[in-house]
Amino acid sequence: MTDQSYNFAYLDEQTKRMIRRAILKAVAVPGYQVPFASREMPMPYGWGTGGVQVTAACLMPEDVLKVIDQGADDTTNAVSIRKFFQRTAGVATTEATSEATIIQTRHRIPEQALTAGQILVYQVPIPEPLRFLEPRETETRKMHSLEEYGLMHVKLYEDIARHGSIATAYAYPVKVEGRYVMDPSPIPKFDNPKLSDSPALQLFGAGREQRIYAVPPFTRVVSLDFDDHPFDPSKAPHDCDLCGASESYLDEVITDDSGGRMFVCSDTDFCRTRREAGHAGRLGEAQFSSKKIANSFEGICPPTGDEA
Amino acid sequence: MTATLSGGFRDAPTQSARAFRAILDALSRPGTIQTLSGPVTPPAPLSQAAGTLLLTLADATTPLHLAGDLDTPAVRDWLTFHSGAPLVGAGDAAFAVGTWDALLPLSRFFIGTSEYPDRAATLIVEMQDLSPNGARLSGPGIDGHAFLSLPEVTAFAANHRLSPLGFDCFLTAGDRLAGLPRSTRVEAA
Ligand SMILES: [Zn+2]
Repeated sequence: MTDQSYNFAYLDEQTKRMIRRAILKAVAVPGYQVPFASREMPMPYGWGTGGVQVTAACLMPEDVLKVIDQGADDTTNAVSIRKFFQRTAGVATTEATSEATIIQTRHRIPEQALTAGQILVYQVPIPEPLRFLEPRETETRKMHSLEEYGLMHVKLYEDIARHGSIATAYAYPVKVEGRYVMDPSPIPKFDNPKLSDSPALQLFGAGREQRIYAVPPFTRVVSLDFDDHPFDPSKAPHDCDLCGASESYLDEVITDDSGGRMFVCSDTDFCRTRREAGHAGRLGEAQFSSKKIANSFEGICPPTGDEA
Repeated sequence: MTATLSGGFRDAPTQSARAFRAILDALSRPGTIQTLSGPVTPPAPLSQAAGTLLLTLADATTPLHLAGDLDTPAVRDWLTFHSGAPLVGAGDAAFAVGTWDALLPLSRFFIGTSEYPDRAATLIVEMQDLSPNGARLSGPGIDGHAFLSLPEVTAFAANHRLSPLGFDCFLTAGDRLAGLPRSTRVEAA
């Protein structure tokens, strides 16, 4: 049921028109950050207000919405956003990646390949990939306009000199369609290859920083690297302890006070679907509900900064 | 007056949401043809697709240019009443609508700046028909290549060479809509 005291999908029509125009220009200039006038939302900035505004501007009554937070459908953040749109837009929701028409995400790309017609909306804390090199917005804007990305390469190369490899594990910078350097939001670099050539439309919303950007379907997205140090998406050398998957992104979960731990898929829908299909990992199935696991993620996953 | 007041969205929040998704789909996947078959009925000669697109995206903050034969009192009144968009000359337009011949020369339209390429104009080209054959398209949004019945090739190819600057286009015919962003490479088939 839609709560009738709100406009459809909460935002007023003028705000939605403004966000929709920004989304279209973002699609027309892949990887370029379009400024928009972010609105106050009935949730704190740390809860993905940029993504929520992009989702609100895209939703139609027939949509089926999925919301994930670090791969899980049942964290407080994901549940709150899902309920918000159930209440204000009356849309159906799902946890199944394949059933969703719009997926709002914080920090992950689903394991299951996305399909044409799906929209993936990312919550972005810091949209500017050059921000840590140059704090001034006027300067980073100039650098993007002139394709001055040398400093970014220097920074990555210094990583190699110091650590022997590029240390950046999250929000690993990419180049879109050979032109704009873009921050893919704090997804693990394991997910970076899925940004490229996806049949789905990918939209990025940063609320506090007031930016929207996009990667259209079938767009080339390349992780920055060097000939002698090619990009390595890297994956923990384990299989999922619950479903046995060898190809998924894993979270390490502490299971008791005496140092016990296990590795489980960060994508709870992917893991559950596999277990329901009869796959089992080292610890078998049914020992832990996905909800229990998701809750235990809180505070264990590496801190990646406040969401906007 | 009745004609001016009628023909807009009856339930703007949900109907404009559906229209936007068709518009987004069109621009995200150049070469596909979408249908805007909502309740919007603009006065002739403005097409249903162009009228629906403008009511979905234009408002008092987006200067609008009506080119050539589209610039009639009925179309002016209808768009002003339903969108509030100020009517302006080509050079100041955020949106411009007209037939291909009426929109020429395209050099009149704003293509954005290197620091703000998003400020470029959006052109709505009214066509007799739209079909998935003609010019060859490739680039973002297109799996390999696609074809679309464009009014010409040269102008769109030149616009793409300006990318990331350049205008973006929608092509409309009746209730049908196709998108052609500046990112699309256009060649003769
Ligand atoms: Zn698993």
